[in-house]
Amino acid sequence: MRVWLINITVCLFLGLSTVALAADKPYFYPYVNPYEATVMELPPYYHAAIPETVPTKTFKLKVFPERIIPEVFWYENGLDCSLVFQKGKAPLVFVIAGTGARHNSPKMLNLQKALYQAGYHVLSITSPTHMHFIVNASSTFTPGHLYEDAKDIYRVMQMAIDEVKNDIEISGYHLTGYSLGGIQSAFVAMLDEEKKFFDFKRVLLINPPVNLYNSVTRLDRLLVENIPGGINNLDSWLDTVMNRLAEAEKEMGYFELSGEYIYKAYKRFPPREDFLASLIGVSFRTDSSNMIFAADVMKGGGYITPKNAGMSNSTALTPFYLVASRTSFDDYFRNHFVPFYKNRDPSLTEEGLIEMLSLHQIEPYLRSARKIGLLHNEDDVILQPGEIDYLQDVFGGRAKVFPTGGHCGNMNHQDVVEFIVKFFAGQEG
Amino acid sequence: MLETPSIRYAMLTVLLSVFMVSGCSTLPKTEPETQPPMHEFTEVVPQDKEFAVQVYDPLEGFNRGVYRFNYYFDKYLFLPVVRTYQFILPDYAENRVSNFIDNVYEFNNFTNNLLQLKFKQTGITLARFAINTTVGIAGLWDPATSWGLYRQTEDFGQTLGHYGVGHGPYLVLPVLGPSNLRDTTGLVGDTLAFNNLGPPYWVDDDDVTLAFTVVTAIDKRKRVPFRYYGSGSPFEYEQIRMLYTKKRELEIDK
Repeated sequence: MRVWLINITVCLFLGLSTVALAADKPYFYPYVNPYEATVMELPPYYHAAIPETVPTKTFKLKVFPERIIPEVFWYENGLDCSLVFQKGKAPLVFVIAGTGARHNSPKMLNLQKALYQAGYHVLSITSPTHMHFIVNASSTFTPGHLYEDAKDIYRVMQMAIDEVKNDIEISGYHLTGYSLGGIQSAFVAMLDEEKKFFDFKRVLLINPPVNLYNSVTRLDRLLVENIPGGINNLDSWLDTVMNRLAEAEKEMGYFELSGEYIYKAYKRFPPREDFLASLIGVSFRTDSSNMIFAADVMKGGGYITPKNAGMSNSTALTPFYLVASRTSFDDYFRNHFVPFYKNRDPSLTEEGLIEMLSLHQIEPYLRSARKIGLLHNEDDVILQPGEIDYLQDVFGGRAKVFPTGGHCGNMNHQDVVEFIVKFFAGQEG
Repeated sequence: MLETPSIRYAMLTVLLSVFMVSGCSTLPKTEPETQPPMHEFTEVVPQDKEFAVQVYDPLEGFNRGVYRFNYYFDKYLFLPVVRTYQFILPDYAENRVSNFIDNVYEFNNFTNNLLQLKFKQTGITLARFAINTTVGIAGLWDPATSWGLYRQTEDFGQTLGHYGVGHGPYLVLPVLGPSNLRDTTGLVGDTLAFNNLGPPYWVDDDDVTLAFTVVTAIDKRKRVPFRYYGSGSPFEYEQIRMLYTKKRELEIDK
């Protein structure tokens, strides 16, 4: 009791609020294993307090009005973007989604709510690796090239602002993105230095890879190394997953698809590390096979779909699905990506391209651009040994590295959200 | 009694599927300049193995047509209606409606648990119905679950599966979505039993039954978070088909 009183008194004297005191409480994340940290849902207790719903407007952009969309993508007719808006004048934060994620994926929604609460308009952009972006807004149909993707994203951002500028008042621009969207933010920021359309005030890279190729091959390996028998045995792996869920249901008497349920099930039946790793691998392979199929069809086929064959809205896609899920990112990179860009610029080499698609490539810019900050986790599974040190060296005081959280697992943790909000307010980094 | 919408529906579906089978080809249209891809199916995928995604789907052309119909139906009619419903009713009232509907449909759980000779589950279902109808005030609340008596869902499709009936050809039903011949038969059976022996028969008022059917459809759609092509996969049709088939297998085995 007395300690408590003394605390309050000291606070009052020093002009500190009790809130500031609470913020000093050390960061705690309930998962120590990086794979767990990545996969498992954060229990609600640690969530940042954010509004349940925010005013949102979704709109479609016809980025290339002349483009004829193949009939097999009959459900695509323009790129969806979403705007979370304030009533009055406010700065706007662009958010670029991670690999295979849409403008309204759960992680995007969390960021939108947190930033809205802090007083920003939020404009969310689907990842250029997502089928929806490839079909509607990609100029190359060969996603993964950070310079080219940045141009595509920039075009979309400009058109999106054009679309909303009469509805909201914008006092300035910020930029962020997580995972692949994080590294893309850096390249978009650099492009903006030349184009000067937005003149971003603050840019935050959340859990970006250092070298894109290295990170995706790491993710691909998680599948290959953790599913016994590899992709051709994915079925028995899937059976195991489904059976485990059924067992959990039997033991616990009920089933529901909620974070709380999964956490309870996890406490009762701790999953093995190889299983968690394979889950990340399968999820990544799913995203990349969607991307590869969409890219190939948009180009007229030849890689995993026949060239010059008409695919209609009734075409059975099962054979292509089976092929796509057996096509690793490395295959895509060597057989599709490299030849395409080599064709444009014969002086390019495979090694040269790998090196080009990394933060190393733009290191001098990153060192000098005071507006750019970094948010990362020491145990992020997409990083190679030594890469976190490299990032800390490059960003110096502008890097905030949490000890645990895996790959983007802690993005809705109260301490992480607090940092993000403070960063854009200019109080961090 | 045969006039209730759901039965007409099921019959219409069966008729449609008979007439429209020959509709459309599911192979890519080839032209003289068509060339095989670099990664070809026959080379990349082991041909001597059956994969879970290769669900028996002889009516695929028709099914994809219905899938497309459902996409538009969902977008332009079903979801707007659901949103209006959610706008009008407070969440609290919506949850009472959901509980009420679940309680009425305990009839199907009861009959099917009984048909599968699962006496413990039949007992639980009966106890749930008794508790929720009385203590839970006509089923608006669900005290039985909080007392550890969980819902024992069974339907006639599961009952057929329990006695060894295979899933048969995959079917996409208008509005209702993924199914197969066994589960569609089950659905017809459940609907017939429900209407002729269950609550609609007890109430014996066509207007009430119709209102109940409509609200049930809205409530059911409300509770399914699925949005067409929200998965971001061009293979959504295949994935849903596989997951539906797996899910039903597990439900039957349990």
